[in-house]
Amino acid sequence: MVTNLFVKDRVAIVGAGMTTFMRRALETPRELAWEAAKMALDQAGLTLKDIDCVVIGSAPDTFDGVHMKGEYLADGSGAFNKPMTRVYVGGGTGVFIPVSAWWHVASGLCRTVLAVGEEKMSPAHPHPQYVFRYIWDPILHRPLEPNLIWIFAMEMRRYMAKCGAKKEDIALVSVKNKRNALDNPAAQLAANITVDDVLKSELLVWPVNELDISPVTDGAAALVITNENVARQVTDSPVWIEGLGFTLENQHWENRELAYPRYLNYAARMAYKMAGIERPWKEIDVAEPYDPFDYKELHHIEGLMLARPCEAWKLLKEGYFDRDGELPTSPSGGLLGVGNPIAAAGVMKVAELFWQLRYEAGKRQVKKPVHRAVANAWGDLMQAGTVIVLGN
Amino acid sequence: MSVQKFPGTKLSAKEMYSLPGLVESSPQAKYEFSAGPTISRFLKGLKEGKILGRRCPRCGRIYVPPRDYCEFCHVPLADWVEVPDTGRVETAVVSYISVKRERLEKPEVVGVIRLDVPGYPEDGYEFAGLFHRICMDPEEAKKDKTIGMKVKARWRPPEQRTGSILDIECFEPVG
Repeated sequence: MVTNLFVKDRVAIVGAGMTTFMRRALETPRELAWEAAKMALDQAGLTLKDIDCVVIGSAPDTFDGVHMKGEYLADGSGAFNKPMTRVYVGGGTGVFIPVSAWWHVASGLCRTVLAVGEEKMSPAHPHPQYVFRYIWDPILHRPLEPNLIWIFAMEMRRYMAKCGAKKEDIALVSVKNKRNALDNPAAQLAANITVDDVLKSELLVWPVNELDISPVTDGAAALVITNENVARQVTDSPVWIEGLGFTLENQHWENRELAYPRYLNYAARMAYKMAGIERPWKEIDVAEPYDPFDYKELHHIEGLMLARPCEAWKLLKEGYFDRDGELPTSPSGGLLGVGNPIAAAGVMKVAELFWQLRYEAGKRQVKKPVHRAVANAWGDLMQAGTVIVLGN
Repeated sequence: MSVQKFPGTKLSAKEMYSLPGLVESSPQAKYEFSAGPTISRFLKGLKEGKILGRRCPRCGRIYVPPRDYCEFCHVPLADWVEVPDTGRVETAVVSYISVKRERLEKPEVVGVIRLDVPGYPEDGYEFAGLFHRICMDPEEAKKDKTIGMKVKARWRPPEQRTGSILDIECFEPVG
């Protein structure tokens, strides 16, 4: 993969906002988008007048239960009478939103972009899981009556078998992230739990128990992304988008190794190359790997080359990924602790790194000095990988 | 600036169901899917008790499930080959919930079978394989030795086959 680095404008994030993440929000999806967008603009010290283009990301329309969600969310996101793009790569959408905003700005097409992610999952009944039925191949998979969790359980089992990790090793991710979320006022599932709590929670699809999984969440998150010129005018501490990557693996997951996320590794290599990073395990100071399931954080740490394949779970046990560890991961609390409103969750991860790189994360601020950070998101059936590298 | 409070209002389940103007809507969408020429032929093979794969003339991969084209070489696939109905368990899980997340009375074992098909490096990243049920005791399935275990397709009797992935009842351990 050859990346053209000769872009017109250097791109920075200058503001971030999000709603509280929660089950059953009173606010409509539009209102959630508006709250997050307004907060991001306020933090940037800008108003809608300053926005040239809007990028909206949202996962399947079937969650919120409205048609053409991008257009539906447009007014809350300040997109009327402006060029508006909606991007969607399943769970990978959250990081794809700032990636898309980047090319709007880097190309010179727009100076300042408002980037908004929203998801309201509570409306789907009896459970949003049923909506995921449509993710499976209609001819070869659906006759087996699969539940969404099967696919993740199969991947987790493969990771356990190949890497020698036990359920209790993996449960530590859930313990860490829910603990990190205690310091996050936006968090839905902050808690001090033990490995035992995870192992004793409801067994859904062995090896996956309920506390291995992120919850059903409503929420929105937004970023203000602009060119260097504007960034220098509005803030002393812009956070630069230094690298990005996005790649797709094929959808036939029954034909490939599930223990290692190649879909992510290609995207990560693309992003690191662009950022001039050769040894991510040394050069990245803080990371927000995508963690809808606890094993997925380990999987993604390895895909992002922050640990060797099959070694993330060993480092986790040593406290390497704790907030005061060598390489803190998910200091926000992650999807497991803060919540998982799909597209908004990825934006939340980028917002967290923005705050970390500006030393604005308050009690969540990691101990070590931070210069460079990476976030990723993942979507569809072990398929879509999106990566962003930030620097201060 | 460290943010202390974020916008948004959480409702309890009770509050939500007593909201003024709460609307319930259930779209009744039904779909009929055609399988396409390649998978149709594969399904016809299942009805005859055969697992069919398709070979790439350029790289030699044999695709199961078959495709119309090679995903790597981007050339049309030509030869059809019957492949063995045996393989090894690549991954296996035990489901205690249904598609709608209700508790199942009897847990079921499902997983991916790496079929004994040539054209791929041993233990390579890519392989010919199927996602299916595995007929075995759930507690046995959780043991380490299940991964890599040899399995064989258990076929439905010919008169019950309909040209569906369910013409294979499941894969079961051999030996």
